[in-house]
Amino acid sequence: MKTATADGAMERFTARASEEGLLDVAYTTADSPFGPLLLAKTRRGLVRVGLPNQDQDKLLVDLSERVSPRVLEAPGELDETRRELDLYFEGKLDRFDLPLDWSLSSGFRQRVLRAINRIPYGQTRSYTEMARKAGNERAVRAAGTACGSNPIPLVVPCHRVLRTGGALGGYGGGLPMKESLLQLEGVLDESPAS
Amino acid sequence: MTALPPFQTVLDDHASAVMAILHGAVGREGAEDCFQETFLAALRAYPKLEDDRNLRGWLLTIAHRKAIDHHRARGRAPVPVAEPAQLASVDGIPEPDDGVWAAVGALPPKQRAAVSLRYGSDLPHSEIAAALGCSPEAARRSLHEGLKRLRKELA
Repeated sequence: MKTATADGAMERFTARASEEGLLDVAYTTADSPFGPLLLAKTRRGLVRVGLPNQDQDKLLVDLSERVSPRVLEAPGELDETRRELDLYFEGKLDRFDLPLDWSLSSGFRQRVLRAINRIPYGQTRSYTEMARKAGNERAVRAAGTACGSNPIPLVVPCHRVLRTGGALGGYGGGLPMKESLLQLEGVLDESPAS
Repeated sequence: MTALPPFQTVLDDHASAVMAILHGAVGREGAEDCFQETFLAALRAYPKLEDDRNLRGWLLTIAHRKAIDHHRARGRAPVPVAEPAQLASVDGIPEPDDGVWAAVGALPPKQRAAVSLRYGSDLPHSEIAAALGCSPEAARRSLHEGLKRLRKELA
């Protein structure tokens, strides 16, 4: 829809916005084996990962409301995030080294998510354990909700949280995606019985 | 109050209109600079914008100011190199495409700029005068001459 000139002007604009400290939320889309991901970061770090089944426009509106309306598409700002995710999907990275911005979660939920962030690659925990780590063992349902509302899935590995007894539980990106991620990490067999 | 849309949406929706208006107001050479200044000023002010119902008007107002600054910085040299034919292709909003802008593009520079600033950018005479570095009367005259010529061309 735009001419090459206009695209160049828009790219230069985004670069200048960043230089002048006016780029509050930078985002891009990235390919993944599951479909396109939305990646968004603030000056503090990665703030949002949108999974393929989520509506990217809605996620951007949400960022505009909850973080800042100064939201711009700036792929270069997310090069490192994209690089680490690519390696992860190839099975060549078992620990993300990315600054995170936790500001989209708070209180108990954020404590649950921070506990999830410490689950090592290739291991799983139960919702009950996560509730206990976050300081309230009885709040299992709330811990489940916290997982479900994880703003930074994949990088904060909520796919490593299962029901007590090993049932998969839920996943924002859909259960087949959770299954595939656990297979990638060697937790599940390639051809699950169920 | 409804929340403001992500600024990228504003940029996507209005960049080509702003660029076209700036081409008309300051010419191709200055348009890119004015474009950057316009959107940087808009981005700076954006979080405090209280009414997002007329984002296009808001942006065009900023663009006008930047175009005027541009002319002033050049010692009020009238260098209008309007290419209003481009107005026909902006941002999905249908513009008159019956040869009017092509005829505008064929006007002498000052008349062309006056007409495109008045009808493309909706600037008042005083601001057209500032943009062209002439008196309001001279701006009015250029506009008048331009319109007279257009009527003849398109009749």
